[in-house]
Amino acid sequence: MQSDATTTGSFVERPKTLADLHAEIASGQTKSADLAAEYFQRIEQKNPRLNVYLSLTKERALAQAARVDAAAAKGDPLGPLAGIPVGIKDVLVMKGAPATAGSKILKGYQPPYDATAVSRLEAAGAVLLGKLNCDEFAMGSSNENSAYGPVRNPVAPDRVPGGSSGGSAAAVAANMAVATLGTDTGGSIRQPASFCGVVGVLPTYGRVSRYGLIAFASSLDRIGPFAANVRDAATLLGAIAGHDPSDATSSPAPVPDYAAESDKPAEGLRIGVPAEYFGEGLDPEVRAAIESGIDSLRAAGCTIQPISLPTTKYAIPTYYLVATAEASANLARFDGVRYGYRSPSSATLSDMYRHSRDEGFGAEVKRRILLGTYALSAGYYDAYYLKAQQVRRLLAEEFLRAFAAVDAIVTPTSPIPPFKLGEKTGDPLAMYLADIYTVTASLAGICGVSVPCGATKAGLPVGMQVLASHLQESTAFRVARAVEAAQERR
Amino acid sequence: MTARVTVEDVERVAELANLELTPEESVTMLHDLNAILDHVAHLNELDTTGVAPLAQVGELSGAGGVSVLRQDKRRPSLDRGLVMQQAPETDQAFFKVPKVIER
Repeated sequence: MQSDATTTGSFVERPKTLADLHAEIASGQTKSADLAAEYFQRIEQKNPRLNVYLSLTKERALAQAARVDAAAAKGDPLGPLAGIPVGIKDVLVMKGAPATAGSKILKGYQPPYDATAVSRLEAAGAVLLGKLNCDEFAMGSSNENSAYGPVRNPVAPDRVPGGSSGGSAAAVAANMAVATLGTDTGGSIRQPASFCGVVGVLPTYGRVSRYGLIAFASSLDRIGPFAANVRDAATLLGAIAGHDPSDATSSPAPVPDYAAESDKPAEGLRIGVPAEYFGEGLDPEVRAAIESGIDSLRAAGCTIQPISLPTTKYAIPTYYLVATAEASANLARFDGVRYGYRSPSSATLSDMYRHSRDEGFGAEVKRRILLGTYALSAGYYDAYYLKAQQVRRLLAEEFLRAFAAVDAIVTPTSPIPPFKLGEKTGDPLAMYLADIYTVTASLAGICGVSVPCGATKAGLPVGMQVLASHLQESTAFRVARAVEAAQERR
Repeated sequence: MTARVTVEDVERVAELANLELTPEESVTMLHDLNAILDHVAHLNELDTTGVAPLAQVGELSGAGGVSVLRQDKRRPSLDRGLVMQQAPETDQAFFKVPKVIER
């Protein structure tokens, strides 16, 4: 995996593991402050080409690093992420740091509070480096919808890193952070993880508090980690998961020790392979890589079972109706009154709303607001939004029936390898259709991991998506770890 | 569900959404919306008679439960001064907007 990547791009670099860095920092062999400085230097060097970070939070990072170093010197107990440099997708707020959501409409906004996921990372000792580029309001599959320019894929800089959490995936691939946070509404963690050759986690809906997340589609939005390996991603999830009184949708279910769980062998697990994810439109090289990954699961002692999820073909229209309807409501708050951009040339309140939104939003955001508003408007609500919610139940129940017979389901994360910048921007529907393998788990609320699973002949990464039922992240990690271990042995 | 969207529909929806589109944008959006809605029409193939809509996955069995509300106790909100600093125009206490009613 690593050798494939390094032959095609000079930006790929593998960070040390969390466990190794943690030991070095605890023993004083590595100073957290030096580690942070090293990362800032690497960012300075690579960012002009890759456009991964939108802003840096140096002062906050160095203050935290100093606290970690002082605690280590005194022999005080250190958090699981002590001194670990981490980047944050720019749809999560950090007190006093710019939060753009990749949009012009939030230019200049500096939120006065921290997202819960952000403060939990810091409480676990993480050193927060800055804010990562993404598609505008997390709407996109290529990071080309950012108002601040696209991110380039560190593996092949003429290609997209995936989206919408393109910066979060690219930062890990290029070692511009040891780990990062992203968000996933229809695939926005898993697909860029696949495109950049890193691990990305979609936690169960409600597993991680969304307090402080700039909302896109509230019944779908989730926050999850990216890392260079499964165990590190599991460690990060452990640090951010759990109930939060500030998010009523966050689950009160206890949080397992995901890192320890990820160490358990996958032997004996029943793995479902759904035929609908291996049909028309799947790139042959991606198929070959995934089939080889399935062979390695069989070799690891898993039982492989063919299954069928026939409602899959309705997932894209269902997702794009639900997501855009919710987005049209969530994005009504951007009106030039309380934060961000206000159009300077408006005589009346109504004009001010219109001009601010028209000048502040990009084309894809407008397209989705229009579609969502249309689907919710009088006369169309039953035919579109209600219908989509009914199909959503069918999709979710189909998954629950499947999980009665298997412990996990494996599929390709994306039907295609990373494509070239500009290749798909002219056809929004074609871009949507490429989300076919990821939107299903989003609608059902189940969890998943995208884990690197080989590469194409040209060295472009392929990711395998491992899905598990609600709150069964530990199972997904075990399967993903088995796939990863087989890759490491190659 | 197979109804074609017209330019008038696009303009009406844009108005509902407080968006102002240029004539060129309206044409592009018209094309894109029709392409997307044609694809969405596939949902008609599925009989969903009697299927309850699913708005939140928390209600599914094993999904982690429904929303957990915190106690209705007063707690400090964000500092007003900090919030006001982020607004385009304020008088420190309130947000200011262009005139709403002509005298």
